[in-house]
Amino acid sequence: MFNALTTLQLQEYWWFLTALLAALFVFMTFVQGGQSLLWTLAKTETERDIIVNVLGRKWELTFTTLVMFGGALFASFPLFYATSFGGAYYVWMAILFCFIIQAVAYEYRKKPGNVFGEKTYEVFLFINGSLGIILVGTALGTLFTGGHFIVNDMHLSHWTTKTYGLEAVLSFFNVAFGFMLFFLARLSAALYFINAVDDTSILSRARTVLKYESWIFLILFLYVAGSILTMNGYTYDPQTMIVSVEPMKFLHNFEAMPLLAIAFGAGVLLLLAGLYMGTYTQSDKGIWPAGMGIVLTVTSLMLVLGYNHTAFYPSLSDMQSSLTIENSASSRYTLIAMSYVSLLVPFVLGYIVLVWRAMNREKITADEVKNDPHHY
Amino acid sequence: MQHIDPSLIDWSRAQFALTALYHWIFVPLTLGLTFIVAIMETIYIKTGNEWWKKTTKFWMGLLAINFAIGLATGIIMEFEFGTNWSNYSWIVGDIFGAPLAIEGLMAFFMESTFFAVMFFGWNKVSKRTHLLSTWLVAIGSNLSALWILIANGWMQHPVGMHFNPDTARNEMTDFWAVVFNPNAYSKFLHTISSGYVLASLFVIAISSWYLLKKRDIQFAKRSIMVAASFGLMVSLFNLTTGDESARQVALNQPMKLAAMEGLYKGQKEAEIVAFGILDPSKTLKDDKEPFLIKFAIPGGLSLLSYHSFDAYVPGIEDIVYGNKAHHIMGAAEKMQQGKKAVTALKAYKEAKKSGNAKEAEKQRAIFEANSKYMGYGYLTSPKQTVPNVPLTFYAFHTMVGFGTWFILLFIIILYLTMTNELHAHRWVLWAGVWSLPMGYIAQEAGWITAEVGRQPWAIQDMLPVGMATSNIASGSVMLTFWMFAILFTALLIAEVKIMATQINIGPKEADHV
Repeated sequence: MFNALTTLQLQEYWWFLTALLAALFVFMTFVQGGQSLLWTLAKTETERDIIVNVLGRKWELTFTTLVMFGGALFASFPLFYATSFGGAYYVWMAILFCFIIQAVAYEYRKKPGNVFGEKTYEVFLFINGSLGIILVGTALGTLFTGGHFIVNDMHLSHWTTKTYGLEAVLSFFNVAFGFMLFFLARLSAALYFINAVDDTSILSRARTVLKYESWIFLILFLYVAGSILTMNGYTYDPQTMIVSVEPMKFLHNFEAMPLLAIAFGAGVLLLLAGLYMGTYTQSDKGIWPAGMGIVLTVTSLMLVLGYNHTAFYPSLSDMQSSLTIENSASSRYTLIAMSYVSLLVPFVLGYIVLVWRAMNREKITADEVKNDPHHY
Repeated sequence: MQHIDPSLIDWSRAQFALTALYHWIFVPLTLGLTFIVAIMETIYIKTGNEWWKKTTKFWMGLLAINFAIGLATGIIMEFEFGTNWSNYSWIVGDIFGAPLAIEGLMAFFMESTFFAVMFFGWNKVSKRTHLLSTWLVAIGSNLSALWILIANGWMQHPVGMHFNPDTARNEMTDFWAVVFNPNAYSKFLHTISSGYVLASLFVIAISSWYLLKKRDIQFAKRSIMVAASFGLMVSLFNLTTGDESARQVALNQPMKLAAMEGLYKGQKEAEIVAFGILDPSKTLKDDKEPFLIKFAIPGGLSLLSYHSFDAYVPGIEDIVYGNKAHHIMGAAEKMQQGKKAVTALKAYKEAKKSGNAKEAEKQRAIFEANSKYMGYGYLTSPKQTVPNVPLTFYAFHTMVGFGTWFILLFIIILYLTMTNELHAHRWVLWAGVWSLPMGYIAQEAGWITAEVGRQPWAIQDMLPVGMATSNIASGSVMLTFWMFAILFTALLIAEVKIMATQINIGPKEADHV
């Protein structure tokens, strides 16, 4: 089946899967958003327990999606894995530290004898939910703005600055991208709480968060989207593989791939509809259009980044070192083998949906958290 | 290809070793305890006895504490291949990345999805769905071990690939050869069964402590019965998989085997050392006896390695300097070929760049003729092919010695449990308690044997660790090493304290763990 595809089609297929994983991860960061809202939405210990326990049933799924995103990149675009992770060392390490502390925080927070006290683990959750996501967003921003790396003839790479990726925070666009993701995570979290929690105080505060922070997000989103559509991009000649600058490359990509433009537009509208439902109606279903909107928007944005002969990771040190889906991909054989493995994806998504429905059938209340033998 | 600072290699290795050793404190218990918990819940569903539900929940509570920190250390392992071993990620990522991605898709999602049901779904799904979820967590965690050990097994015995000079990397040519690599399966079975042994020791140690304190008697006795039965069965299995694992080492990594046994000169009817103290002043070719003291079984190593008493087992010196009588090529000769391959590869790339097709073809032919030992081309001395012998030797013998003791312990405990005399033999209960730290030491010793014993290779004979690192400042890695060391140690202290507190609270409060 996959043998019939050209190598470029296989590379595009794997870029699509990577994009989809990135999009699902961004949706699932409502967990991080919720963590950052811990002290905003909860004013009492019981309310904090509700927030932590609602998120505690989902955090591992977000964590796994991030790990899967890394695994898929390693298997399909190993040169990106090598170049970015091995070069922007400090940024990725900082992100990893933010996720290590999250992994223990839920389980250890309420346990007697946890050495550092409940508050410390709540701070861990806050750091993961704020700094962690802002850094992830900043790192994703560099896919548009580039990194300081060189890839040599043997395809071995090195970073040319001694700040190893930290310089990414000097770009306003990258930081804005990070904060945009942060506020998006908080908005999705507010929508998720409205959907999954039965507690009037928390819900009322969640709607207040939506009311005000939606505007902050929209301003950041308009800036980021506007910048992307008007910025220079790196394009490459498919015959010679020579990379050159193309003004408004991503706008041109949308023009060249109108389906992606439609998906992007539909995604934004769905997200706005979800935010409207959560803010101005009594509906608790806003998370679903918003979630679908996030997945559509991020997927289409990632596809615009990698398709149509675009360098998805521009090098600021040596333009010809820039990474494309063609020069950074695994071999044709590996892509075909892994494509067969990818047929498991619908099955995995299927059981996740089934379990999600079973676990979220009833809203979580203070009583349930108190009486749950394994509450966080 | 490029100059790498030696201290960078050391710090990169140290950081990876630190992460792996910490990760391996938690993983084996998860591998085994998930099954023990699943067995207990199955008994609950079969009998309907609420006592088993309470017991299941108690062990499940301890599992959750362990699971969380295992995840925290696990995420680092995957990303460190990129952050600290970026050359490796390119040179072998085409093969190595696949099992890691499959692990994520097949195992991690299964674990994380059903983990939530296992802990929070008691009143949300039916009893049978809950039981299924518990088993799926157990299967998921073991599937995860399968794929990561397929990846690790490939590093120890690379198969199913060829080096593509155009991309300057190894590329997969046979997915099934990678998946069914015999090295991976012996490693997988040995590793998971060792995890089951540790989980059995964990249950026995805690239950023994309750019996010593004369509390939770019924809970402790029943738990010990399950754990000792399971432990004996899996430790015998562990013994046979260990035998196969050692045989795979003999076939594919003879230097590691020689280091494991402190064998400097090859022998027929080679003896296996049951106990020994190495002479620390021993060096290659100094004709000194390697051991100050030893008790050895004649012919044992030949039998273990090649299933024949009179089989020849090469020693460290044979592998370093070669042994024509036994057709063993020395490291110096391999280095010569390797350097030819490295030079030809460089010349090939330059010829291609300058458009000189004839020269490119010539250099490619030279490269192909010598590529088998390309990894040796990056070494500077034949002695670099020798791993740390004392560390490998002592780690291996600690693992084997402790493993043998565990079998004996399971037999004694099972016998005394069946005759209802266990509580009367306090020394056995104390032995049960103290065997738990021994179990952890044996686990770490096993990995030290496997990983130190294969140095200097990141990929056996193909890629030395010095060529595999990321090209970053060693100070950056040193900084993150200490950050990891401090964070992991702090979290370990918290984990142990929480675990100890929960154990002290005991199963009577199991509904609140």
